[in-house]
Amino acid sequence: MLSRTADNLYWIARYMERADTVARLLEVGSRISLLPSAHGYRSEWDSLLQATGLTHAFAQKYGQTVQRNIESFLFFDRDNPSSVASCITAARENGRIVRTALTTQVWDALNTAFQELKQLEREERSKLELSRLTDWTMRHAAMLRGAIDATLLRDDGFNFLNIGYYLERGDNTARLMDVKYYVLLPRVDFVGSGLDNYQWTTLLRAMGAHRAFHWAYGGEVTAAKIADFLIRNPQSPRSLATCTAGLTNHLGRLAKAYGRETEAQEKARGLAAGIESATVEAIFDEGLHEFLTRYIAEAAVLANAIHDSYLSGEMR
Amino acid sequence: METLCAEGWLCSSRARAGRGFPVAQFNEMFQGAEVRIPYSRLQDWVATMPQELRSLKQAEAEALFRRIGITFAVYGEGGDPDRLIPFDMFPRVFSGGEWAKLERGIKQRARALNAFLVDVYGRGEIIRAGRIPARLVYQNEAYEKAVAGFVPPKGVYSHIVGVDIVRTGPDEFYVLEDNCRTPSGVSYMLESREIMMRMFPDLFRENRIEPVDTYADKLRRTLASVAPARCPGEPTVVILTPGHFNSAYYEHSLLADLMGVELVEGQDLFVDGDHVWMRTTEGPQRVDVIYRRIDDAFLDPLCFRPDSMLGIPGLMDVYRSGGVSICSAPGAGVADDKAVYTYVPDMVRFYLGEEPILQNVPTWQCGRAEDLAHVLANLADLVVKEVHGSGGYGMLVGPKASRDEIDRFRAKLSEDPANYIAQPTLALSTVPTFVEEGVAPRHVDLRPYCLVGERIDLVPGGLTRVALTEGSLVVNSSQGGGVKDTWVLAE
Repeated sequence: MLSRTADNLYWIARYMERADTVARLLEVGSRISLLPSAHGYRSEWDSLLQATGLTHAFAQKYGQTVQRNIESFLFFDRDNPSSVASCITAARENGRIVRTALTTQVWDALNTAFQELKQLEREERSKLELSRLTDWTMRHAAMLRGAIDATLLRDDGFNFLNIGYYLERGDNTARLMDVKYYVLLPRVDFVGSGLDNYQWTTLLRAMGAHRAFHWAYGGEVTAAKIADFLIRNPQSPRSLATCTAGLTNHLGRLAKAYGRETEAQEKARGLAAGIESATVEAIFDEGLHEFLTRYIAEAAVLANAIHDSYLSGEMR
Repeated sequence: METLCAEGWLCSSRARAGRGFPVAQFNEMFQGAEVRIPYSRLQDWVATMPQELRSLKQAEAEALFRRIGITFAVYGEGGDPDRLIPFDMFPRVFSGGEWAKLERGIKQRARALNAFLVDVYGRGEIIRAGRIPARLVYQNEAYEKAVAGFVPPKGVYSHIVGVDIVRTGPDEFYVLEDNCRTPSGVSYMLESREIMMRMFPDLFRENRIEPVDTYADKLRRTLASVAPARCPGEPTVVILTPGHFNSAYYEHSLLADLMGVELVEGQDLFVDGDHVWMRTTEGPQRVDVIYRRIDDAFLDPLCFRPDSMLGIPGLMDVYRSGGVSICSAPGAGVADDKAVYTYVPDMVRFYLGEEPILQNVPTWQCGRAEDLAHVLANLADLVVKEVHGSGGYGMLVGPKASRDEIDRFRAKLSEDPANYIAQPTLALSTVPTFVEEGVAPRHVDLRPYCLVGERIDLVPGGLTRVALTEGSLVVNSSQGGGVKDTWVLAE
C-alpha cells in the first residue's frame, strides 16, 4: 500500500474520532447547563474547553464562554481545526483522496456526513438544537465505524484505520481525565460531596460510559473506580487499556503481514505494558496528572514511530 | 491540463439558415415522421413515461451522481467545486452497422496517428516525402526534442486516443479533433451507463445494448502490454494524478479502482538507479508502467519545467533507458495539434495505404495565402480558431458574431495568419433530450476512447456530450453542456 494512502486512512480515523469526542463534550455541556447552577461553581463550559486544549484560541476569537459561542467554536468554526465541521471535512477530504482504498459504503458514510454538514451550515442557527447537532455527529461517526467494520477488507488499510482510531481515542480519554485531575488527585475521601458528583457524572458522560460504569462497578462513584474503569479496564471501550491493546493488535498484524518488525511495535508494547502493570494505587502515588501526561507523551512518541516506519515512505 | 472541454466552435444550423444556407439538420431519432430503427423502442418508453416519474428519475440520477462523488470542477470559474455535470436520461443510440463503420474509422485513425509519431521522432519519412511541412512538426511547441530518436515499447506513443466526432447525416461523420495525450471523460461514459442500468433496467432488457464496462480491463491490458521489454513477470502499473484538487480526480481514482492499480502522485514516486519506485508501507516497490494524467511539462523537473512540483526528478532518464513506460508517451501531443490535424487523412494514406474512413472537417490554413483570402472573404460564415488554443478561447464563431466582433477579429487574424485555421459551420445532428417543456432535439457530439497497445481495442460506446441550451452547439461542460449514455445495439 502507498504510504500516502496509509497516512490518509489513518487521518480519516483520527478526525472522525475527534469529531465524536467534541460532540460528546458539547452534549455534556448542554446537559449541565440545563441543571440549576445553585453551587455558584465556575461554568462547566470552561472545563470542557480545557479538555479540547483550545481555551486560548477560543478566548481570542470569542471572549465570553457562553453556550452559543462554544457551539459555534466547537461545532461550526472552520478556524478551529478540531471543530466538528473541520474534522468531518478533513476526514472526507482524506477519504476522497484514497477513494480507491475504501468500499462504497465507507465512502458513502463519509460523503453523506459531509453533504449533510453543508446543509446544516445553511440552516438558521436558531432552529438548530444542540442536541440535534451532537446526535447527528455521533450517529455519523458510528455509521462510518460500522461501515468500516462491516465492509472493509481486513488488509493493511484496515489496520491503519484502526491504529488511527485507537491512538486518537486513547489520547482523548487521557485528556478528558486530565481536565479532572484536580478533582481526582487530592484525596480519595475528598470525593462524594454533592459538588463533585456533577464532575464525576460529567466525565463519565463525556465517555458515553456512565451507564456502563454502573453496570461494571455498581455502588458509589469513587475516584479509584473511575480511574480503574477509564485506565485499566479492558471492558471499557474507551479505556487506555483497550486503546493500547488495539494498537498492539493492529501493529502486530502489520508486522506479520509485512514480515518485519519496526520500532512502532516495540513502542506500542511498552505503552500497553505500562498501562497493564499500573495499579490504581501506583497511579495515584505518581499523581494522576503526571501519569496521564506521561501517557500522552509516550503515545505521541509512538505516533511518530508509526509515521517514520509506515506513513512517511522514507524507509528504504 | 486537458479537461473535459470541447472546442466551442460548433454553430447552429438556424444561424446558417438565417443567412440563406438552409440546411436540414439531422435528427438521429426521426426521419420525417418515421422513427429511425435504432430508436424504435425508445418512442414508447418516452411516450408512456408520466411527468412525475420523469422528475423523480431525474432527481434520482442527480442524487446518484452526487453520492458516488462524480462532480466536476471548472478551472478559473470559482463557485462550487463539487458541481455536477448535467446528465440527460434520453440515450443516444447507434445501430450495430453504424458503429462498425465508426469503429473501423476510429481504429484506422489511431493507427495512423501512432505511425506518424514514431516517424516524426525517427526518420521523418512523411516530411522527406513532402506530405507535411517540416515547420509544422519540428517547430511545433508540442514536439519534444527530449525523446527524438526514442521508440517506445510496441511503437506506441498514444495509448488512449480520444477522437471527437460529429454527425451531420445518416452516413456522414466528421472528426473535429484528435486527443492523443490524456483524453478525459471516460468516467462519464462508465457512470452514465451504471446509472441508466440501475434506473431503467427494462430498457436494457428490451434493447440489446453492448456493454461498456469492459473498458477498465481493456485499459489495464493495454497498459500492461507496453511494459518495458526488460520488465520481468507481471508489470506494476500505476496512474499518476496531479492530485485531488484536479477537476478530473474522480476519473483518475475510478480508473485506478476498476483496474486495481495504485493511484499515485509525483511525491509517491522516486528514481533510484535504473528504475522508478513508489513509496509504500512495505518499502519501495518498482513501477513499470505509468499511465500519467499530467502534462509533459510537469513530468520531470530535470527535463522539462524546473518549477514542477508534480513531477519526478530523473523520470525521463529512466524512461529513455527503457526502465519505465509512460502512457501516453512524452511528445505525443504533436499529433493532436490543430494544424497537424489537417494532415491526418494524408497520414492514413501514407502509412497505411488506405483511404480514410472518417473525414476531417474541411479546414483552411490561414498561413497559406490562398486559404487566408478565402477565410477573410467569408468570416461571417466560418469558425476561426487559434492553432494552439483550447477550451474555446480566442476563437470566432462567424454566424454568431456581431459585425463589430468580426472586424476586430479580422485585424487579429491579419496580424498573425499562421496562428489560425478556419472551418465551415456544420449542421450538427440532434438527439431528443429531456427539457423543461418535455422532449426536444439538442445537438450532440461523440468522444470514443480507442486503446492502442500490443493490439488495438475500442469499447462499443463513448461519451456523448449534449448542448442543453436550445439552438446551442456548445457542448462544453463549462457552458451548459451535459452528458448522455451512448448505446451501441448488438446486431
